[in-house]
Amino acid sequence: MTKTRASGRTVGGLRTLSLQAPAVTLLLLWMIIPLGMTIWFSFQYYNLLMPGMSGFAGVENYEYLLTDPALWKAMGNTLLLVGWVLAITVVGGTLLAVLFQQDFAGRGIARVLAISPFFVMPTVSALVWKNMMMHPSNGVLAWLANSLGLPAVDWFSALPLTSIVIIVAWQWLPFALLILLTAMQSLDEDQVEAARMDGAGPIAIFFFITLPHLKRAISVVIMIEMIFLLTIFAEIFVTTSGGPGLATTNLAYLIYMRALLDFDVGVASAGGVIAIILANIVAIFLVRMVAKNLED
Amino acid sequence: MTLLRSNTPAQAMPSANASAGAGRGAASMKMLLITVLGWTVALVIFFPILWMILTGFKTEAAAIADPSFIFSPTLESYEAVQARSGYARFALNSVAVAFGSTFLALLIAIPSAYSMAFLPTRRTKGTLLWMLSTKMLPPVGVLVPIYLIFRDVGLLDTRTGLIIIYTLMNLPIVVWMLYTFFKDMPKDILEAGRMDGASTLQEVFFLLLPLTLPGIASTGLLSVILSWNEAFWSLNLTSSKAAPLTAYIASFSSPEGLFWAKLSAASTMAIAPILILGWMTQKQMVRGLTFGAVK
Repeated sequence: MTKTRASGRTVGGLRTLSLQAPAVTLLLLWMIIPLGMTIWFSFQYYNLLMPGMSGFAGVENYEYLLTDPALWKAMGNTLLLVGWVLAITVVGGTLLAVLFQQDFAGRGIARVLAISPFFVMPTVSALVWKNMMMHPSNGVLAWLANSLGLPAVDWFSALPLTSIVIIVAWQWLPFALLILLTAMQSLDEDQVEAARMDGAGPIAIFFFITLPHLKRAISVVIMIEMIFLLTIFAEIFVTTSGGPGLATTNLAYLIYMRALLDFDVGVASAGGVIAIILANIVAIFLVRMVAKNLED
Repeated sequence: MTLLRSNTPAQAMPSANASAGAGRGAASMKMLLITVLGWTVALVIFFPILWMILTGFKTEAAAIADPSFIFSPTLESYEAVQARSGYARFALNSVAVAFGSTFLALLIAIPSAYSMAFLPTRRTKGTLLWMLSTKMLPPVGVLVPIYLIFRDVGLLDTRTGLIIIYTLMNLPIVVWMLYTFFKDMPKDILEAGRMDGASTLQEVFFLLLPLTLPGIASTGLLSVILSWNEAFWSLNLTSSKAAPLTAYIASFSSPEGLFWAKLSAASTMAIAPILILGWMTQKQMVRGLTFGAVK
């Protein structure tokens, strides 16, 4: 027994190596080369519009970026966007998961309709909301407000960041719902029944049984959303282009502006490094949680 | 209190006692309430999509008029989108990029997932987690170098360029999902095949792949969906030649021209196939999107 195992392992090791080599090599290159270049550029003078100027810049790009009020505005917007969307999608997703867990007529179809926005490409969602929903004179919301005798809101001028939050939350609420609904299915019905026998009301059951059961799924939702929401781009690109002023410029959009509109590779790369650091802080927790799950 | 306790009529029935009649009435009342609430919420969430589909069948004048569900449907926007903007070209780019990258990712991932599931070593877990961590790198952090490399080797605005990016972008998820499907497969079957003298290749092609086909298919579909909807790299790396539908739809954002019916028709065509695929694979998607952390 031990013999076959020992010999099998060397053979296995060799085979493992050759079978995994393509995937591992490609991902290694995909990670190291751009990452290395971003870090390298961030310490260089490098502007595509000024070919003459080059060389080691030390921390000057970082200094420039960190003293630029636009960065702090963008960081603030990023945090507001992530924070609000998380709050809406996690609270809303949990409540909706409880609702769609109940048995009712046509539940299957209702569920499918409710998770649909997640499968809509970001450029479509953003433009449908911007034009058909939020347009100040012809949009559905303006018509609704008018028919209720209220003044129509000019969403993207008056409440630019709120508008973006609404669009992004609409896209990600279904994601939270989908994950939490799946997690809900492993809820122990006997436990709920036992609690009910002991006289627990629906609210007590929600707070003392359902919510603790969903704890892990909720943290997974929070972390995955955070990683994606930190670098929301397309929704801003097609609706406000970061404006008015810098009202809807987040970190990703600022880096895009510095890189592909100002062609300042050095400063954009320094911004990229900051974005990577922020994402990694979240990622560490997520990877740790997945690792724990892999063990059981 | 008894009334509130019964969650569904089905559960209320067995515990029915003296107050069965009253309990049943209240239960069905509650049931009605939940049905109405559930459907209202679902329709409100779905409304923008429904409205977009309807607007696509209106004339441009009707599209910006007061909202109405009653109108005489027309296909003129669909015809205009097809004829004037060359919609087919963008759609073809989307198809080529989504399926090309999915095919490549599966090709690279299957051997890797096979060895992780059936020949695990001490390093397997570490490798899986490391792959997952490459997914955490924000695209905007590496936009500049990728853009410059692509410019220098002539990959800007090419389908090949996008296929490369999307393959690498989805590779960790594809490996991860395949790994979980392969691991669920009983090892004895492969063992038996080996006893009968099957080589590794035969084992993979004649046993593993046919038996795990549903899992491989849903992995592939998730990869297609993610590539189809990706809108950071497509907006930044393509302009006219290789632009997929995400970038084409973005072109409707420019000036104040109100071409809502055309935008809606184009959008409906762009999202319809993926919406249907998404509905079909929602369960397996959870596995892929959460890296198996939620089952």
